[in-house]
Amino acid sequence: YIPQVYIYICVCVCVCIYIITLSDLECDYINARSCCSKLNKWVVPEVIGHAVVTVLMLISLHWFIFLLNLPVATWNIYRYIMVPSGNMGVFDPTEIHNRGQLKSHMKEAMIKLGFHLLCFFMYLYSCPSWMTLTT
Amino acid sequence: MQSQMQFPSGYGSHLPNYSAPSGHYSQVPNKAAASHLENQYRASYYPGYYSAPAPNAMAPVGSSVLNAQESHQLYNNAPPHSGGSSDRPVQGAVSSASYLHVSAQQSYSAFDNHYSTSVSSSVASQGFPLNSDHYAMPVVSGAMYPNVSYPPVAAGGVYGQTFTSQSLPAVGQFKETNAFSSQSTSVPHSVQQHVPVGYNTTLSTVSSAQAVQDNLSRNLTGSVPKVNNQIHTGGIDSSQPVHSVSQNVPFSKPGAGTSAASAAMSSVRSPAPSLSSKAPSSPSATQSPELPLQEGMQYGGYVNNQASSAPAPLSSSSDDEEEDEEDEEAALDSSSTTSSASPVLNNYDALEGGGYPETRSVTSSPVPSPSVLQTSKASKPFGYGYPALQPGYQNATPPTPVQPSNPGHHSGFQHYAQQYPGVNQLSSSLGGLSLQHSQQPESLRPVNLTHDRNILPVSSVPAPVPNLNSDLRKLNCSPDSFRCTLTNIPQTQALLNKAKLPLGLLLHPFRDLTQLPVITSSTIVRCRSCRTYINPFVSFIDQRRWKCNLCYRVNDVPEEFMYNPLTRSYGEPHKRPEVQNSTVEFIASSDYMLRPPQPAVYLFVLDVSHNAVEAGYLTILCQSLLENLDKLPGDSRTRIGFITFDSTVQFYNLQEGLSQPQMLIVSDIDDIFLPTPDSLLVNLHESKELIKDLLNALPNMFTNTRETHSALGPALQAAFKLMSPTGGRISVFQTQLPSLGAGLLHSREDPNQRSSTKVVQHLGPATDFYKKLALDCSGQQTAVDLFLLSSQYSDLASLACMSKYSAGCIYYYPSFHRSHNPAQAEKLQKDLKRYLTRKIGFEAVMRIRCTKGLSIHTFHGNFFVRSTDLLSLANVNPDAGFAVQMSIEESLTDTSLVCFQTALLYTSSKGERRIRVHTLCLPVVSSLPDVYAGADVQAVVCLLANMAVDRSVSSSLADARDALVNAVVDSLAAYMSTASNLQQSMLIAPNSLKLFPLYILALLKQKAFRTGTSTRLDDRVYAMCQMKSQPLVHLMKMIHPNLYRIDKLTDESTIHVNDRVVPQPPLQKLSAEKLTREGAFLMDCGSIFYLWIGKNCDNNFIKDVLGYPNYASVPQKMTQLPEVDAPSSERTRSFISWLRDSRPLSPVLQVIKDENPAKTDFFQHLIEDRTEAAFSYYEFLLNIQQQICK
Repeated sequence: YIPQVYIYICVCVCVCIYIITLSDLECDYINARSCCSKLNKWVVPEVIGHAVVTVLMLISLHWFIFLLNLPVATWNIYRYIMVPSGNMGVFDPTEIHNRGQLKSHMKEAMIKLGFHLLCFFMYLYSCPSWMTLTT
Repeated sequence: MQSQMQFPSGYGSHLPNYSAPSGHYSQVPNKAAASHLENQYRASYYPGYYSAPAPNAMAPVGSSVLNAQESHQLYNNAPPHSGGSSDRPVQGAVSSASYLHVSAQQSYSAFDNHYSTSVSSSVASQGFPLNSDHYAMPVVSGAMYPNVSYPPVAAGGVYGQTFTSQSLPAVGQFKETNAFSSQSTSVPHSVQQHVPVGYNTTLSTVSSAQAVQDNLSRNLTGSVPKVNNQIHTGGIDSSQPVHSVSQNVPFSKPGAGTSAASAAMSSVRSPAPSLSSKAPSSPSATQSPELPLQEGMQYGGYVNNQASSAPAPLSSSSDDEEEDEEDEEAALDSSSTTSSASPVLNNYDALEGGGYPETRSVTSSPVPSPSVLQTSKASKPFGYGYPALQPGYQNATPPTPVQPSNPGHHSGFQHYAQQYPGVNQLSSSLGGLSLQHSQQPESLRPVNLTHDRNILPVSSVPAPVPNLNSDLRKLNCSPDSFRCTLTNIPQTQALLNKAKLPLGLLLHPFRDLTQLPVITSSTIVRCRSCRTYINPFVSFIDQRRWKCNLCYRVNDVPEEFMYNPLTRSYGEPHKRPEVQNSTVEFIASSDYMLRPPQPAVYLFVLDVSHNAVEAGYLTILCQSLLENLDKLPGDSRTRIGFITFDSTVQFYNLQEGLSQPQMLIVSDIDDIFLPTPDSLLVNLHESKELIKDLLNALPNMFTNTRETHSALGPALQAAFKLMSPTGGRISVFQTQLPSLGAGLLHSREDPNQRSSTKVVQHLGPATDFYKKLALDCSGQQTAVDLFLLSSQYSDLASLACMSKYSAGCIYYYPSFHRSHNPAQAEKLQKDLKRYLTRKIGFEAVMRIRCTKGLSIHTFHGNFFVRSTDLLSLANVNPDAGFAVQMSIEESLTDTSLVCFQTALLYTSSKGERRIRVHTLCLPVVSSLPDVYAGADVQAVVCLLANMAVDRSVSSSLADARDALVNAVVDSLAAYMSTASNLQQSMLIAPNSLKLFPLYILALLKQKAFRTGTSTRLDDRVYAMCQMKSQPLVHLMKMIHPNLYRIDKLTDESTIHVNDRVVPQPPLQKLSAEKLTREGAFLMDCGSIFYLWIGKNCDNNFIKDVLGYPNYASVPQKMTQLPEVDAPSSERTRSFISWLRDSRPLSPVLQVIKDENPAKTDFFQHLIEDRTEAAFSYYEFLLNIQQQICK
C-alpha cells in the first residue's frame, strides 16, 4: 500500500506542475507554445497515475476513497479522449488564451490539487489503522 | 478643487454666463442644479465653448447649471481644438497669442498648486501660435514660451485631454485634407513639412497645397525653416514664427462650394454624420464673409450673456463657440494657425455641405444660426481661434470685449485650472447625463420593427459617433481602423450583462492610410509601468509630467519630448505629433529589435500535379508575377524562391551566374531536405533574368504530367526549412486534397449531408500537422498564405490552419478553372495583383492595451496569441482585420473615459522597424439606455459572427445559430424591459439597434451558418475563415450585401470624385419584391458584384450599358461592361468603379440573366425573402417577438 502513497504524491506533483506552469504563462514568463508542450507531457502520466491509484483503491477495498476518486479519474480520461483531432493535446497553445481557458485550466488544477491532498491525507490517516488491523 | 477656486470679481460675473452657454452645448437638460456643479461649471466653462459642437447645440436654453457641468466634462475633453484651428484674419488669433502670454504668466502666479495642475502648458502654447497682428505682439512662439513658464501648469486629466484634442484635430486634418486634395483641387490643403531637427515628424502624405497655401508655406518655411507642417490658409502673415505652434493650419477657404462637395466624400468616414444632421442650419454662409466681424460677434455674445439671464447666455455661448471656431478659420488668413481644429472641421464641413466656415461651426454645429448672427455683429477683440486658450480667453474677454485684457486672461486660466480637477470627478456622472440628452432623440428612438419596413439607410450605415466632446471626438481614432461594439462603455460588468450585448473591439490596424504621421525620435515616450505609448488622451500634469490614461501612472516627460520639431519650440510636449494624432507611426530604434530587420523574402510553393495543370492557374500566377515582379514590396535585399510539388518536391536553383534555372527533384518526401540551401532563395534583383526565365517556362513545364498525388506536407516542411533563417512569406497554391507524406488528409465530406439541417461535422481540423507547422513558422517569423483552387473537397478546415496560426491569409476559388470559369480566373488575377503589390509588414507583434479595469479575454483573427495580450503576426497585411472580446473586471466608476490602444510593431518591406499606434477613447456610462444608445450594430454583428464561428467549431453549428438568435432576443428583451412604457405586443428596438435582427438573419443565411441549403463544407469553412479575418467593412458587405437599382441612374444626388460624377442610387432592401423585370440591379457582395438584368429591361439600357442589342443576346458569362459612349453607360461604370475603389480587392462583375446558373448565387443573397429552409425577415421578427414574450 505504500505504492498508493507514492503514486498519489506523483499525481500531486503533476498537478503542481500544471499550476506552476500555468501561472508562469499568466505572468508572461513563458510563451504559450512551450507552456503547452510542457503541460501536455504531463497529462498522460497524470491520467494513468490517477487511474492506477483508483484501481488500487478498489483492489485494496478502500470503497470510500475509491468512490471519491472515481468521478475525478473519469473526468480526466474523458477530457483526454475528447480532445479534438486538430488540437495539440489537452492544452492547445492556440486556444489557451481564448475564452478564459487559461483561467479554467488554472481553476481545474487548483481543485484537483485540493482534492488529491484531501484524498492523500484521508488515505494516510486510514492506512495505519487498517495496517495495524491486518498485521 | 473647484470650490477653492477664486474668481476675480469681474470674472466671476462672467462665469455664470459662460456656464449657461456651456449648458447649452452640453445639452444637458434640466437635470442640473447642484451647486457644486456650478463650481465645476465655472471652471469648465471655457471648455464648454469648445465642446459646444457637441450634440447639445439644439438643447433648450433652459438648461440649468447642471448642464454646464456636463458641458464641462465635454469641454474639458474637447476645448482645445476648436479654438486653435484657424486664425481669423482679423487678429483674433493673434491677439489670443499675446494674451496667452500675459495671461499665462499671471495666471500661473495666481494659481494655487491645485489649480496649477489644471492649467495646461498646452493652452499657452496654443495661444501662442497665433500671431496677433492686432496686438502687435510680435512674439515669436519660441520666445514666448520661455516667457510663459509653464512649469506650474499641471493639466488635470481633462486638460490633458483637451490638449491632446487639439493636437488630434491636426491629425484629422491631415487625413481629411488628403481626401480633400484628391477630390477637389480648390480646397486648401495643409502642407506638411518635416522638421529636420531632433526628431522628425514626417507626415507621410503631403496634401496638395493650393497656391495660397503654397505661398503660406513658403513664408513659413522662410521664417521658420523646416517647421513642421502647418496648414496655411489664405494667411498672409505667415511670416511670423508663431506658426510653429500650430502644426496644421486649417484651411478655411470660403471657396468651399466645391470643397464641400468633395468633403462629403471624405466625410463619410468621419463620425460627423450625427453632427451634420443636427446642424443642418448653415450659419456658415453668413459667418464666412464676416470673419472679422465674427470675432466681434463672439464678444458681443459674451457681453450679452453676462447681461442676460441664464437662458439667453446659453444660446449665445453656443454661438460664441461657433464663432470661435470660425474665427480660427478666419485667422488662417493671418497666417499661422493652430491646425488642430481644422482637420476635423473640414470633415464636418463636408458633411454638412456648407462652406468651409461652416465646418468650423460644425463642431459647434448645434448652435442655432440666428444666435450666431447676433454674436457676429458684436466686435470680437481676440482670437478665440485658439482652441486651448480660447476657453480662458473667452472668459476673460467677455468683460472687456473689445480689448483683450491680461487680467481677463488670468481669470480664464484660473478657471481652466479649476475646471480640470473637477472634470475628472464629475465626468462620469456628466457623461451619462449628456449622453441621454443628446442622443436619445436619435439612437434611442424606439423603432417598431414589425411596422417599420424601411429601416435601411439611404446610403451606407454610418459608424456611431462616441458621445465625447468635440475635441476628443476629433482626435479619436477613425472608425475604419478601430471600432468598439459599444461606443458607450458600461460602468460595470453587471450593467454589461444586463445589456446582453457583447463588448469587444474590431480592429483594422494595418489599413492602407493616405495620411499617417510618421515620427522619428530616439526616445519613444511610453508609460513606465504599462508601456502604453503616449497618446492624445493622456493628461499633462505639468510640463514635465504626464499621466498615463490606461494605468494612471504619472510619468516624466523626457527632455527630448519637450522640444517640438513641428514648431521648433521648446516646452510644449502636448503639441508633439504623438499627442496630436490618435494614429501615428514611430520609426523604432534598435531597442525594438531582437535581430536586424529582416529582408523581404517571398517563397512560392506551387502545386503542379495533374489536377493543378488542368485547372491552369500556373499561367495566371506566372503572368501576374512577371507583371508585378518589380512592384513586390521590398528593398535591394528582397529574396524570392520557388518550390513545386506533386508526389515529389522540386526545388529551383536560381543562383546568379547560371545560364538557366536548375530544377532539383527531391523524391524522399518522408525525410525532406534542402538540396542546395544557399541558392534556392535568391536575390530578386541579382537573379531577375533567371526568375523571369523560370516564370516563363513554368506553365508549360508540367503540361504532360500524369502525377495526381500531392505531397503538400513535405513541400511545406521544406519551405519552412528554407525560410526559417530569415522569415518571410510563403504563398502556397494547392488544388486538391494532400494525399502523400506528412499531413495527408482524407475526404471527410459526405455530399448527402450538405443540406442537412441537423449536424454539420468536420468544421475543425482533422490533424494537428498544419497547426504545428503554422506555429513553427510563426516562431520563425514566417507566414503561410494559402490559395486553394479546387473543384473538389480539399478539407479547407485542416489546410486553413497553416494560415490561421501563422498570420497568413486564405483565398479560396471553388470550381476554379482557367477557361471554364472565367469569373474565378479573373478574380484570381485581380486578387493576385493586389496580393503581390500590397504593403506587407514582417516579424510583427501586436499588443492591445486597455484602461485598467477592462480585460481582453478572447481574440479573433489570424495570428498566434503568444502571451496574454501579445499577438504574434509573422506577417501583417493591410487586408487583415482582428476582433477581441473584453470583459469589465473592475468597476469603472472612477473614470469617465476609457481608452484602447493597439500597437503594431513590424518591419516594413524596406527594412525599417516601425510601430503603428492607434488609440481610441470612449466614454463610460452608468445607465442601460446609454449603453443602448451607443451600440454599434455593425460591430456587434461582426463580433457575434466571430464568436459564432468559434462556437460552431468548438460546439456545433446548431449551438452557434441558437446563440445568434438568442443574442437578438436577449438584447431586445432587455431593452424593452428598460422602456416600461412600451407595449409588450410590439417588437421595439432602439434606433441604434434597428438593423440588428436583419443582420442576424443575414448571418443565419450566410454560407457559414446556414442550414437546410446545400452548402459545400469547404465553402462553409471558407466563409468562417473570412469572418474571422476580414475587417469590419468587408465583412459587413459579405453579411449584408448592398443592392442598388442602376437602370435609372440619374445625376441627382451625385457626388464628385476625381472629376468624375458618381451617381448615388439608394440602397434597396434585399428582397425580391424590390426586383422588377423592368429593371437592372447591382448587388455589391464585397468580393463580387452581381448585375441582375430583368427580362423586360429597357433595351436602351442593355444596348448602352451592356453593349448588346437586346436581352436575349446578352451572353451568359459576361464579366465586363463595355465602354460605350452614352450617359447611362458612363454613369453605371463610374458608379461601379467608385464602388471598386473603396476596397482593396477589386471585385469581379457577374452579369446575371434569368436562365443563368449563377442566378441562385444572386437570389440567395436576398435575405429578407423566405426560402424553403429559412424564415423571411418578417417571420424572423415574429419569431423573435414570440421568444421575447415567453
